[in-house]
Amino acid sequence: MKKQMHLAAHFPGVNNTTVWSDPDSGSQTDFGSFVHFAQTAERGLFDFLFLAEGLRLREHQGKIHDLDVVGRPDTLTVLGAIAAVTTHLGLGGTINTTFNEPYELARQFASLDHLSGGRAAWNLVTSSDAFTGENFRRGGFLRPEQRYDRAQEILDAARSLWLSDREPVRHRSEQFSFSGRFSLPPTPQGHPVLIQSGDSDAGREFGAETADAIFSRHGSLESGQAFYQDLKGRMPRHGRRPEEIAILPATTFALGDTPEEAEENGHRIRTAQVGPQTAIAFLEQVWGRDLSAYDPDGPLPDVDPDPGAEITRGRVRHDKDPLAVAERWRELARSKGGLSIRELVIETTARQSFVGTPKQVALQMDADVQAEASDGFILVPHLVPGGLDEFVATVIPELQDLGSYRTEYTGPTLRDHLGLARPSLTGSSRATG
Amino acid sequence: MGDRAGRFGLDMAYLAVEVSGAGRHPDAWRRSGDVLTASYHVELARLAARAGVDFLALADSFAEPADPLPTLDAVAIAARVAPVVPGIGLVPTVTVTHTEPFHISKAIATLDLVSSGRAGWEVAVSRTAAEAELFGRKPAAPPAELWREAAEAVEVVVRLWDSWEDDAVIRDATTGRYIDRDKLHYIDFTGEFFSVKGPSITPRSPQAHPLVVVADEPDSRGVAAAWADVVRIAAPDLSAAHAARTRVRAAVAAAGRDPDDVAVLLDVEALLGAGLDPLEPSSVLVTGDATALVDLMEEAVRGGAADGVTLVPLALPSGMQAIADEIAPRLGWATGPSGSLRERFGLARPANHFAEAGS
Repeated sequence: MKKQMHLAAHFPGVNNTTVWSDPDSGSQTDFGSFVHFAQTAERGLFDFLFLAEGLRLREHQGKIHDLDVVGRPDTLTVLGAIAAVTTHLGLGGTINTTFNEPYELARQFASLDHLSGGRAAWNLVTSSDAFTGENFRRGGFLRPEQRYDRAQEILDAARSLWLSDREPVRHRSEQFSFSGRFSLPPTPQGHPVLIQSGDSDAGREFGAETADAIFSRHGSLESGQAFYQDLKGRMPRHGRRPEEIAILPATTFALGDTPEEAEENGHRIRTAQVGPQTAIAFLEQVWGRDLSAYDPDGPLPDVDPDPGAEITRGRVRHDKDPLAVAERWRELARSKGGLSIRELVIETTARQSFVGTPKQVALQMDADVQAEASDGFILVPHLVPGGLDEFVATVIPELQDLGSYRTEYTGPTLRDHLGLARPSLTGSSRATG
Repeated sequence: MGDRAGRFGLDMAYLAVEVSGAGRHPDAWRRSGDVLTASYHVELARLAARAGVDFLALADSFAEPADPLPTLDAVAIAARVAPVVPGIGLVPTVTVTHTEPFHISKAIATLDLVSSGRAGWEVAVSRTAAEAELFGRKPAAPPAELWREAAEAVEVVVRLWDSWEDDAVIRDATTGRYIDRDKLHYIDFTGEFFSVKGPSITPRSPQAHPLVVVADEPDSRGVAAAWADVVRIAAPDLSAAHAARTRVRAAVAAAGRDPDDVAVLLDVEALLGAGLDPLEPSSVLVTGDATALVDLMEEAVRGGAADGVTLVPLALPSGMQAIADEIAPRLGWATGPSGSLRERFGLARPANHFAEAGS
């Protein structure tokens, strides 16, 4: 049998991937939007729904960033409610561990797993920024090098509670010290599915040791294959087999009845994702300066970035060397015949992973999976709530025709969908085989 | 409140039911269903909604219960029930001692969202050393200190509920702005126990302020007076309940609020149709006879001992079945009123603290 593809559905979030200005864009927070999106994913036999989280609203130049979608409901509460209107779809979410204790989080996720009949998944992240910490009594600045220590400790603690079978637990580690009896028995999945998204060496190592699924940033064939090989290559050292992790890159797409129409749709979406103000704001993030005087339809600024400035807070900054980025962008703008600021930002930030007819997209996705660039994808549509509708109606049947995607759910739990064994009561995290 | 007329012939008489695992009786777990399944909780809520119950008080605590039953997170239960059981309020208990008000605020606001305005929150504290040890951050504290901290936590939660104005999302394509950021507010709370910046990550919810419930005790009265929409009282008899209600109303007035805006609900323990041994009650207890229970409720409301009751079935699900089959038909109304939980309690949607302040 062909290698099977796993799919997750990312509810469009608070960055400029989500196009709120589209006439078809609905409420980002009404429960009905979540119901529509989740039920569409379940109709498409997706492995799980995924909700991201951010615990402080992003700021730009000292003010709340107002150009993208702002605001979202509480992840765990929405997932709990979605469990009521779906039957098989896995329910995954990011929950930051920096502003919670293990007991509370373990109990919340175990409750979700019990009440959903075994469909919960936790993307466990730690943040180290004092900016977000201002919303919490745990405040908390964590040195970056402590992040994975904390993640490891919280995971060990949570697992000891989940699998305690309600026998007393005593946990002592660098950052946590607690004791007592967990209020719940092991869940339908043993414990919830664990997702990791770290990309640093420490993050990859942590994922290889502990994760059931990896939310990856490496979407292209080459970088996907390199990441895939690297991460799965780390697993044997932790006593795990490569098939015990599903690697799922975040993926965007644009569809059309013809290749040309798909290209047009892709360009239309990208243009909507990068409005004139958003283009300037993007540039300001790299430049670290107020560039509001510049014309988004004009050339890039001659002035160089201020490498020390941090103009945006509350989002991950991937470019560490702004001067080099600026130089690269100027070169790109020149080489493409003089791109404007907006055209440049569209060119560099918003290209969809897959563009084509449903059949083309299915073939591309399948090729990536068969070539071990991934085990599937986390799809990030650009529209709420209908962003998955067309994909489910047109691409899913093509994937099924290719023989690389399920035609029905074969079990009730998310571990069933992912082909993962139930963690054993006696074993450690690794003993999932 | 036309829906309400007919409950004892009075304009207002409220009925809540507490759901705590298999019921408060220490032997009730022996005959309960599987409290870990969604269907157990959905069925209880359906029975209660059919009986016209105003809200379910979903008890929760980090403390080990007296019986060996497992306990689920109450917000998780409420969220799972809300989309499939219309017409009833859902009021989980969430403790504030070892938790973060920022998380509580968005969880309850989101429960309000997924229930279309039927959410509430019962504020509680964690008293015991055993609970403190589950967190390992600080030792157990005396009640006065716990409720001083709770006062800060409730203020933070409510301010965060107001940290977005209702019309903050503008989607103005011309200027590219999704929100009007002047309608989002830092709460900048600084207190004795913690500080919180804000704003919330979650927009203002359908009710704006989900119903705040506080159980009356000497140290909680300040929090109740300042913030509660509903105060639960426990009393051995109706004259003690009358005195308790009078004290609560005086405290509310002293806090500068209208006592008529706060409903005082008397806990009534009910051992109905379960065949369990009676036990030492912690409030008014009615055993066996639905008529006696209805009479007691009517006497309590007519006599000014309470604005309504919180029935505490000592055994579930049998107790809820009895409420639906025997109690509800005698109360004189068939189905619960529609609308938000605040509306059921005759409460307006509150003005926004920050919009009012003009900041």
